[in-house]
Amino acid sequence: MINLQVPIDEKTVRSLRVGDQVSLSGAVLTARDRAHKYLVEEFVEVSQPNDDERENLLRIEQRLQDGVIYHCGPVVKEHDDGRAEFVSAGPTTSIREEGVQAEVIERFGVRAVIGKGGMGARTLSALKEYGAVYLHAIGGAATFLARSVERVDGVVHRDFGVAEAMWEIELKDFVAVVTMDSHGGSLHDEVREASASSLSGVLASMGQAPVDKQQR
Amino acid sequence: MSDALTDLYEPLLELIRRTSTDLPRDIDEAMTAAREKEEPGSAGENVFNILLQNIEMSRAGTSPLCQDTGMISFYVHHPSGMSQLAFKRVAERAVAAATAENRLRPNSVDSLSGESVDDNLGAGMPVFHFEEWEMDEIDVHLLLKGGGCENVGAQFSLPDVGLGADRDLAGVKRCVLEAVHLAQGRGCAPGILGIGIGGDRMGSYELAKEQLLRSLTDTNQDRVLADFEDEMFERCNELGIGPMGFGGKTTLLGVKAGVRNRIPASYFVSVAYACWAHRHRRLVVSKGKTEII
Ligand code: SF4
Repeated sequence: MINLQVPIDEKTVRSLRVGDQVSLSGAVLTARDRAHKYLVEEFVEVSQPNDDERENLLRIEQRLQDGVIYHCGPVVKEHDDGRAEFVSAGPTTSIREEGVQAEVIERFGVRAVIGKGGMGARTLSALKEYGAVYLHAIGGAATFLARSVERVDGVVHRDFGVAEAMWEIELKDFVAVVTMDSHGGSLHDEVREASASSLSGVLASMGQAPVDKQQR
Repeated sequence: MSDALTDLYEPLLELIRRTSTDLPRDIDEAMTAAREKEEPGSAGENVFNILLQNIEMSRAGTSPLCQDTGMISFYVHHPSGMSQLAFKRVAERAVAAATAENRLRPNSVDSLSGESVDDNLGAGMPVFHFEEWEMDEIDVHLLLKGGGCENVGAQFSLPDVGLGADRDLAGVKRCVLEAVHLAQGRGCAPGILGIGIGGDRMGSYELAKEQLLRSLTDTNQDRVLADFEDEMFERCNELGIGPMGFGGKTTLLGVKAGVRNRIPASYFVSVAYACWAHRHRRLVVSKGKTEII
């Protein structure tokens, strides 16, 4: 198990390889579909951010520079005094952000993206170019992972809804596996290829046509 | 009768609470056994360690097992005379209450506007399947099925020339292997397959999903299907996709299949994929007494 502390520098990130198990601590920002759309529309596609968003931008930049994005739509207990607590906080499917993740990594200097299911070729090449990794959290381990959320420091755009808001959280010993690294490695590609060849073997032993003979 | 149904509010609320937090034991038993097969120290073994801890933590407390509390489906068997409308009303109230107390995440989204509603209700939410039977009991089987695994479900129309799948059991097997391979770990593997053979498109999917309500330890009454389930279970696990798709020995925890007649022109095969967090429980109402199983 490799300990990672946010902020993460480029050298550390580039030392990580596919298959490494990590334990991550420090400041993280949750962001899923609505938040990614917002980040791109407000801060990537425009040269000047909207005045109303300046303060949010500062907070986001501060968290994300050498920082971590977590694809997570949590269940949150919000107390009357304004405090918030993560009740349930597993990863959500990452591939939905494939269209914009590369831009967000570049714009904000993100060093790690946590999610589940892996991402595609565009993100993989952004990881390589800007020095970042994709960390696969344990899908569905929501209660366990919520215990790794030590504190909720605040929230940006609570109006997006509980699951879609950008929660500023502090993690302690959050467990994940590097499944895409900054050297072009992807565990998802490796397993897909290995399982495709196992599939051919299985089909052959069942007396069925092998995959490569089929018209795919 | 509708007065009696109002009394179901508390039991239904309790059914939702239990289903969301307390995974059926057959599933964690299968996971405990599967953990032994993974390489010591591997990412796959560690996934099982964490998931099993997660299951115990949720069971002991009040927080949902997974934050995606999923599509809420009630499968209701009832005696004649029970009002389905009255049942829906009381179940909807229980769903809204369970959402307010964080046992369910607000998970109902308007498909056109994208707006999320706070109480998990709305058009088509939750889902109800009613079936009248000759018994006096009301049997409510609740399924909470998350999106990650729902999205990797698949349907095939045979013959499928691309796959080389004909209209026979060998063709069905080819489809199942294809679906599991395409899903990789994205349905939060290890998963459980429900397979529907026959029917029309909708009936085939429905049948596949109903198989997920069976216990992992039951044996199919149909000998052919029982053998088919065993074979598919073994074969799919030989693909090596492993927990979360990290690679490993256990990709599936179980395979359950059902069959329906079809019309000569159609031959559908449907695969419903349930993630390891397969939350389903029954509420049985008999002679005024209620029991959650
Ligand atoms: S697929 Fe299942 S375990 Fe995974 S996030 Fe969805 S509901 Fe949770």
